[in-house]
Amino acid sequence: MPVISYIDAVTQALMEEMKRDPRVFVLGEDVGVRGGVFRATAGLIEEFGADRVLDTPLTESAIAGVSIGAAAYGLRPVAEMQFADFIMPAVNQIISEAAKIRYRSNGDWQCPLVIRAPYGGGVHGALYHSQSVEKIFTGVPGLKIVMPSTPYDVKGLLKAAIRDEDPVLFFEHKRCYRLIKGEVPVEDYTVPIGKADVKREGTDVTVISYGLTLHFALQAAEQLAQEGISVHVLDLRTLVPLDKEAILEAVAKTGKVLIVHEDNKTGGFGGEVASIIAEEAFFELDAPIKRLCGPDVPAMPYSPPLEKEFMLNPDKIATAIRELAEF
Amino acid sequence: MATDIKMPQLGESVVEGTIAKWLKQPGDRVEKYEPICEVSTDKVNAEVPSTFDGVMVEIIAQEGETVEVGQLICRIETEGEGAVESKSAAASAGSVAPAAQETPKAKADTAGDNSNKHRYSPAVLRLSQEHGIDLTQLQGTGKGGRITRKDVLKAIEQGGTQPAVATAAQVPVPEAPVAPATPAAAPAREAVTASTTPAAPAKTGVVLENGDREIPVTGVRKTIAQRMVQSKHEAPHAWTMMEVDVTGLVALRNRLKHEFKQREGVNLTFMPFFIKAVVDSLKEFPQLNSVWDGDRIILKKDINISIAVATDDALYVPVIHNADEKSILGLTKAVNQLAEKTRAGKLELKDMQGGTFTVNNTGSFGSVLSAPIINAPQAAILSFESIVKRPVVFGDNMFAVRDMMNICMSLDHRILDGLMAGRFLKRVKERLEAYGPDSQI
Repeated sequence: MPVISYIDAVTQALMEEMKRDPRVFVLGEDVGVRGGVFRATAGLIEEFGADRVLDTPLTESAIAGVSIGAAAYGLRPVAEMQFADFIMPAVNQIISEAAKIRYRSNGDWQCPLVIRAPYGGGVHGALYHSQSVEKIFTGVPGLKIVMPSTPYDVKGLLKAAIRDEDPVLFFEHKRCYRLIKGEVPVEDYTVPIGKADVKREGTDVTVISYGLTLHFALQAAEQLAQEGISVHVLDLRTLVPLDKEAILEAVAKTGKVLIVHEDNKTGGFGGEVASIIAEEAFFELDAPIKRLCGPDVPAMPYSPPLEKEFMLNPDKIATAIRELAEF
Repeated sequence: MATDIKMPQLGESVVEGTIAKWLKQPGDRVEKYEPICEVSTDKVNAEVPSTFDGVMVEIIAQEGETVEVGQLICRIETEGEGAVESKSAAASAGSVAPAAQETPKAKADTAGDNSNKHRYSPAVLRLSQEHGIDLTQLQGTGKGGRITRKDVLKAIEQGGTQPAVATAAQVPVPEAPVAPATPAAAPAREAVTASTTPAAPAKTGVVLENGDREIPVTGVRKTIAQRMVQSKHEAPHAWTMMEVDVTGLVALRNRLKHEFKQREGVNLTFMPFFIKAVVDSLKEFPQLNSVWDGDRIILKKDINISIAVATDDALYVPVIHNADEKSILGLTKAVNQLAEKTRAGKLELKDMQGGTFTVNNTGSFGSVLSAPIINAPQAAILSFESIVKRPVVFGDNMFAVRDMMNICMSLDHRILDGLMAGRFLKRVKERLEAYGPDSQI
């Protein structure tokens, strides 16, 4: 299997889906001629032309609104928010319209729409280019939220999202784009939305994470194996719908749970995971459920030392795991 | 080349030591004379220094392990064998370590702190109930001695816990150090009853109830327990008491104490007078200054007085060496110094060794009568009780209010008989009664 980067997996998925289904088209700021500011849509306009690769005005509400209309009309739009931080003007369209179309039309209408958005810090992007925004949407029924961590999952899940009949928010960690590489099959495949994945088997502590911090957790686990601590790592991959069964299974493996995400702690998705565990796996618990998250500050700092302080890393995660292991 | 480091002889009578803490880990550089580990012996902690420069390669005796003198405790790679070799040795030791590391770390945690021993997680409770595991039988490897889910799973795997042995409840609890008095004339009655092995940790099967607190018996407490049981078990204790009229001594002290304090900077107490009376009497009766050694009795030349010093949770008996060479002032200072060292936890091995006779100031906490346990292998122990004003018949059929004090002695009846002990005690009494308000010290 060829080894490709996380962002190449995005490009390949778009390319292949657009070839497979003429209803699929992409739209967003600079996605066409420029090929995207991160180059995720590079080569698409040359392959499919300006009718299927639309450079839009700098109006996120319009990008979302146009996509919802196109989806209702029977097309398969894949919209790009240049940065997840810029999704805010589109929130009304996404929450009030996209999420509710199927429900309010009693199933007559649907909204097969994908909104891709690069999120997360660690790229010296400061406050408008580093936010994690998933918690704004995870409490909104009607949306699917996918947050893959590996190239394999990116490609498989993006294809699944494009083929899905409902609106999917597809969050890509921008630090992973060129940092994370992995094997991806040449032949067509999808990864089912709503299925978590055990990325490492272990017996002492269970770490539940997604996105960039999942890789930090795997590095921490590798480091801790040297110390005799065996770490079980579960990659959620999809936040909504959530794979509860996989979570409960992972908890039962060790009885000690650490939930890690870059989004800030208060209201972050880890709280939801922790609640499910407390409700449904109480008698499996051997230690208090722990969360390791971004701090509750308004935005990612621009100062490099402060950004480093804000971001999680393998050492911080290893320390938290060690504490649980010793408990 | 790796050189073996053995448990050193840390004192003449020390036969074994417990590794309290490793100060160096495999891979660490070790300088000559640098401490590599802490060892606790009977009552004192000592550091074991390295005898050469090198690199710690392997730890053989783990923390908490008790090791005999001369037994291998670790290996150190000595200098001059080529840096490459020592590096690779250190590296290979490093790669061996992880597998073994988890358990000792957990052990070290549990050794001291058992605060979470009875804090059970939901998983632990569920598993123990489902599999009938008695959690009180398990040793926790978690923080604060907490029993972890893994500990329970391990117990299940090993076939569960055994029910508490029924006979355990019949093992008698060792007697408290201060036991009720027995008449001096009744020889060796108590020793006969102690028929069970004294040192074996016997559980009585007491079930912990809500609010009960459990204090693990470790370190000094364990040593005290073992020593007391051993002494009571081996030495047939006989006991005798005399009344002493210390009216003159009290008057003397009252006259001297202010001036003494101003001149010497320390309080003048009764203790040095007691010790001096004992020391002088021991010179007259060397049989009292002796130790039991199986098939022989050794009369000691030096008179080294062990004094009992209590802290809140333990009892120590540091030693005033060559007490017969000291004046009242010298004894005062020696007592003060040892008491301070004890309370500060700074006693050294030499402070604890070589005692030939023990003096116990039980009067300091108000006792008027006690039957002390002999500080084995010594021949006897003497306690000085509270000085109390009492009406006594005095002189020629008169009543008088006098300062009276009981002195109580337990003696090893194998070494001594009542007559000798009585004569000795009488001389102590006479010496104390000989002090008057105008005596010179």
